[in-house]
Amino acid sequence: MNDTLANTEKKTAYILTLPAVLLVFSIILFPIFANIWISFKEVELKDIRIPEPRAKKIVKSISDEPSKIKILYKLRNSSLIQEIRDVSFQDRFPKNFEIENLDPRCSFKKYNLKCEFGNWPAKYRENFQVIFATNDGSKIDKKSLKSIKPKLDGKSDNILLNTNFTLKNFKKVLFENEFVDLLLTTFYYTFFGTVGSIVFGILTAQMVNQKFYGRTFMRSVLLFPYVAPVVALAYTWELLLDPNSGTLNSLLLNYQIIETPINLLGQKYIEISILGFDFKLRLALTTVIMFEIWRYFPLAFLFILARLQAIPKELYEAADVDGASPFQKFFNITLPQITAVISILFMIRFIWNFNKFEDVFLLTGGASGTRTLPINVYQQGFAISDIGMGSAVSIVIVVLLLMFMFFYFKLLGKRVDEN
Amino acid sequence: MRIKNTILFSLISTFFLIFLISIWKILATLQGLSINSFNIEIILMFGLLISLAHLGIGDRIKSIYKSIIFSSIFVFCDGYLIQKLPIWYNVGIFLILYFFINKISKYTFISLKEEHSTQVILFDFLTLFGILFFSFVILFPFYMMLVTSFKTQIALLVNPLDFSINFGQDIKDLFKSYFVIFKSYKFGKYIVISTIVSVGTVIITLLFAIPAAYAVARLNFFGKTFLSTSILIIYMFPAIVLVIPLYTIFSQLGLRNSIEGLLIVYTATTLPVAIYMLQGYFKSIPKELEEAAILDKLSWFGIITKIIIPLSIPAISSVALYVFMIAWNEFLFSLMFLDNPNSFTLSRAIQYLSGDAETPRQYLMAGSVVVTLPVLFIFVYFEKYLVSGLTAGSVKG
Repeated sequence: MNDTLANTEKKTAYILTLPAVLLVFSIILFPIFANIWISFKEVELKDIRIPEPRAKKIVKSISDEPSKIKILYKLRNSSLIQEIRDVSFQDRFPKNFEIENLDPRCSFKKYNLKCEFGNWPAKYRENFQVIFATNDGSKIDKKSLKSIKPKLDGKSDNILLNTNFTLKNFKKVLFENEFVDLLLTTFYYTFFGTVGSIVFGILTAQMVNQKFYGRTFMRSVLLFPYVAPVVALAYTWELLLDPNSGTLNSLLLNYQIIETPINLLGQKYIEISILGFDFKLRLALTTVIMFEIWRYFPLAFLFILARLQAIPKELYEAADVDGASPFQKFFNITLPQITAVISILFMIRFIWNFNKFEDVFLLTGGASGTRTLPINVYQQGFAISDIGMGSAVSIVIVVLLLMFMFFYFKLLGKRVDEN
Repeated sequence: MRIKNTILFSLISTFFLIFLISIWKILATLQGLSINSFNIEIILMFGLLISLAHLGIGDRIKSIYKSIIFSSIFVFCDGYLIQKLPIWYNVGIFLILYFFINKISKYTFISLKEEHSTQVILFDFLTLFGILFFSFVILFPFYMMLVTSFKTQIALLVNPLDFSINFGQDIKDLFKSYFVIFKSYKFGKYIVISTIVSVGTVIITLLFAIPAAYAVARLNFFGKTFLSTSILIIYMFPAIVLVIPLYTIFSQLGLRNSIEGLLIVYTATTLPVAIYMLQGYFKSIPKELEEAAILDKLSWFGIITKIIIPLSIPAISSVALYVFMIAWNEFLFSLMFLDNPNSFTLSRAIQYLSGDAETPRQYLMAGSVVVTLPVLFIFVYFEKYLVSGLTAGSVKG
């Protein structure tokens, strides 16, 4: 009895989870494997369109002979690069039709015209013509004749399914494509974006955790950049920072802080001299990182605030009794209490910033030294239309991320052991 | 100690005052006033004088009179001796000064002698400074987005700093950009598509996620732990890795440029977090209720619809709002899958609009306002639900 109950429970559970599991597998897990497969192939964007045999049906009446009709099929191979094999053709006709001239490739049985056209090379075109006559001499309805569509079928190689593999893509990614530069840019973007958003998160959480008028309002305002759509925010920033008529540059010029406008999103380097040392700052990259921080510090804020509110008040009261200063309280109570949250946040944000595509794409499109790995996936795959290369870059991203996670957990595990 | 604290106090409070007035000046400049200098030296001098005078006078005058007197002196000197500016600007300066003096009124010579008062002052002013700084930095782009959408190209070329809105003009002229994007750029259609996609994603996600979450939360079956851990791991998988294979598969299946294709992808990417959030909540519902229901011979379908769903309305609404927000804001997949202007979502439509260099910026900003407003409205209105959704699902983004 108990056994059958457990069995029905199991069965129910499988029925309940199956739809979700199937969907997630087919849309997320399967593509990941497909990605590995594609990354070892030489595929371009134009290769992924399946070649189709097509026929355009044109119905023409023959003058003086109302009971006869000419039908012209414009046949073609839709693909410019691939052959279609064993093309078969089928079209249906009204019952009173008889065929006048039968092509040797075709047969006409039971009012069905069937043809075997054999192989069509790429770009193949043919005008194929048949003439019919009605056996009862009645008038022919051209419209209804035209509405019947011929069926065509054929076999073609799907470039994705054959087993020709190559290492060319990975070689190109790792040795040709300024890989080190890409990696460094991605690393700067990810690391500084993550650290910056966490630092601002700590500051704002500490701020909102104090009592002041309008605190709840402040809390929702702080989350605005995170909940609003990227597209809107990125374009607003772009307009604000525009060198010609952007608000920021106009303001700075108006207050005579700068003499010529700065192209914050379009200039790769800017020279800064501090204490006699000349630095080359990657300007566009810094701006993009600023946007990143601005948009994602609310998340760190939310996490850290939740943790701050869970710290027992007694700790602070005890510290007050001991005569601790505000800064001592912050460094000796608050900070140790939030390190766990910060380390989780660091990992999560690092992974997501590493994969961030939209923000950079919308702000600079990857120009002026802001080309990160995800941008490269897009550029390889869709701008240069080399699908195989794009896949290879994305596989490199996954491998790097897995390595990061592995070392991070090892490091984290060690630190936990030491404590 | 007292002298050091006095100097520190007056300096910090003065910097705070400079910051306040600078923000006000920036905002005033953007209303078309010609202010060409922050006059920092003068404000610095006044600030120091006011804070020192405040300490010196102490309690001898009622603080409200003190605030009014100081503010009036400052406004008189700043507004009528140095810059001739309209009355509303000076009213603003007066209010800022009034606010500032109220803020510093709790400090006296006695309080400056207390233990840690240096750090207390620093901490207090840093908080005040932070509130102002972050409000400004966050709200400023949103403000500019809104204001730009009401301007015209010519007005912005004449004076790129004048963002004042002329409310006296005809409604048709005022909302011209909005009329244009709805008429010429078919934004009405894109709103409908975006709404269908987002609401559809919410409905399908919930339909799939509620039963699955119930099974994970309550039933015992082989592979349960594997399933619940893999949910989160899958969630961490980056979208950029999925883009190319999904693009190829969807092209071959003819699912590109279709709402169905977007619905499938959005549902699949939001399902893991929806299941994760819901199962956590379902676990907190007392088991006794279901046991009673099983005795009443209710099937699992009955249990879910009659017990679980009515009891978890808060959790379900927070999942629904969170999923809606993700689907509404989504950009990467809509960029990859949609290239026919007849099937654009709002985000994709704005990106398409910006691809044309001729598009005036106010149209772009009007479009941005249209896509941003619903999300912000929902966020502010349902903040309680959304914040819990954001915290639980915040691995995304």
